[in-house]
Amino acid sequence: MTSTVVIDKAAPTRTVKYGSMSRDRAWALRWSYFFLGLFAIFSLVPPLYMLITSLKSSAEISAATNPWWVFHPTLSNYVALLSSNQFLRFFWNSALVSIFVVTITMLISVPAAFALARMRFWGSATLATGVFLTYLIPDSLLFIPLFKMFALFGDWTGIPLINRWYVLLIIYPTLTVPFCTWIMIGYFASIPKELDEAAIIDGASWFQTLTRIFIPVAMPGLIAATIFAFTVSWAQFLYPLVFTTSTDQLVLPVGIITTLIKGDVFNWGQIMTGALLGAAPPLIIYAFLMDYYIAGLTAGATKG
Amino acid sequence: MVDVAFQPNGVAKAGGARKRSSLRTTLKRKSTAAFLMTLPLILLIAILVIYPAFYSVHLATLNKSMQRFIGLGNFEFLFKRDTFWLVVKQSCIFAITAVIFKALIGFIVAHFVHNIPAKGQRKWRGMLLVPWVIPPAMSTLAWLWLFDPSYSAFNYTLSFFGIGPIPWTGDADWARFSVILVNIWYGAPFFMIMYLASLKSVPEQLYEAAAIDGANWWQRIWYVTLPMMRNIIAITTLFSLIVTFANFDIVRILTAGGPLDHTHIFATWAFRVGIEGSDIPLGASVSLFMVPILAIAAIFILRDVNKRGNEA
Repeated sequence: MTSTVVIDKAAPTRTVKYGSMSRDRAWALRWSYFFLGLFAIFSLVPPLYMLITSLKSSAEISAATNPWWVFHPTLSNYVALLSSNQFLRFFWNSALVSIFVVTITMLISVPAAFALARMRFWGSATLATGVFLTYLIPDSLLFIPLFKMFALFGDWTGIPLINRWYVLLIIYPTLTVPFCTWIMIGYFASIPKELDEAAIIDGASWFQTLTRIFIPVAMPGLIAATIFAFTVSWAQFLYPLVFTTSTDQLVLPVGIITTLIKGDVFNWGQIMTGALLGAAPPLIIYAFLMDYYIAGLTAGATKG
Repeated sequence: MVDVAFQPNGVAKAGGARKRSSLRTTLKRKSTAAFLMTLPLILLIAILVIYPAFYSVHLATLNKSMQRFIGLGNFEFLFKRDTFWLVVKQSCIFAITAVIFKALIGFIVAHFVHNIPAKGQRKWRGMLLVPWVIPPAMSTLAWLWLFDPSYSAFNYTLSFFGIGPIPWTGDADWARFSVILVNIWYGAPFFMIMYLASLKSVPEQLYEAAAIDGANWWQRIWYVTLPMMRNIIAITTLFSLIVTFANFDIVRILTAGGPLDHTHIFATWAFRVGIEGSDIPLGASVSLFMVPILAIAAIFILRDVNKRGNEA
């Protein structure tokens, strides 16, 4: 890209031929911006519309004025939701589930990735590929057998799992652990072997090699994996919809959809406010840690 | 780590039997430690992924009350129902159309982003990836509101161009269009980011050589960019095909399968039949129809992964 800039600057002093080339480039650039603008509008319309609607009162929404503009901005929807115990409960459940799932995921996948990347043992290569394949098994294939399994488990042991928020702590790792293990294997494998050889020679145990060398060096990968685990568990919709029903056990996405939509009455102002608040944590993380987010996204296919 | 384990082995041979046996115990300890470290992972996958997958095959052979074995009875029942074939058709249309458009839009947008000066790219990339970051359940609600029959913001805007009110989610064909549109909106940024990463890895010299040989922009894409990106395109498309085929959130929230089952896909229909209709065996049978496509995609991806492994 830098070469383009150089040609652009040099163009007026050079010959006409180069000038025409730079003019082509300038037009290509203008068209690029034009289409990028169109695509950006396409991408940003739904979230912006959430914001617009969330600032409107019910009266303004049903008055059917210009939907793209707020004539009487109000924060009443935010006040209503943030002072409702039910909504705060959803938010709290979501936060609790996500934080626990991230912890569980890291505790399982980091040691496993270390073992698979460095301590070759019988079947380790097959296991690494198997981990990747499990990542490809979708939630919509497993929710019915899992539902039946947990129902039976509850009948046998008397420990209720269906309709309890903590059942999600058992299920969500199936979505997060395989991918996190996979990208951590990639990051660990890229660490030069001399580093851990030196540690072993200095008398470090395997555990020390992991905590003192691998985790600090592979920190970007660890952050990317953490972000992935958090966003997946925050956004998951199918499992909580299947496994939890009473309002005090629901997480945010399911809570908004089942409680704010009452029959055919849609309180759109509050629904959009809830959706925006539900989208806020991943968006904030993304805004501050975009590079890690993208690294995690592309690592799955480019590493390994 | 293999080298570390084996290098002292040579020394140990010279050093005598006692040293070798102690080395053996450490070796043993290493593999034990490795096994213990992967044990939670193995247990998780075995109990919560592999077992349920086979359990759903077992469930699919039971009758509705799950007390009697009826063999392939559920499948026979499904094959006789028109709704099932409708769902098969819709799943294929949904997945294939959405993936093609996601791949195309992702490719085009990635090129535009790659075209502009490097210092502006970050900002544009940041904006264009937003659809992927928002939880799909939340953003689909926004789309549902944009499509709303009485206060639709889209219909309001279109009315200025003299285009009559469109029944976005009310009419079968429009509902299918809307569902696919939302899926494209959600998934295209993923392709964009993947393609952008791989575009950056194409050496600039190749383009310079092509330009010297007098290649126009189309030839540059066809003979330089596409061959260089072939691997990433293949693996991203397969990924996306799996995810789109198994999609649940968007269809569930936008249309819930309606109008008259005309937007149901495997996942949403399995939910309707299995959980809402409490016919778990039938729901399990429906969701099992996702397996063939997954298996095909998995074989291709596995081949690719192994190939990479050998190159590295």
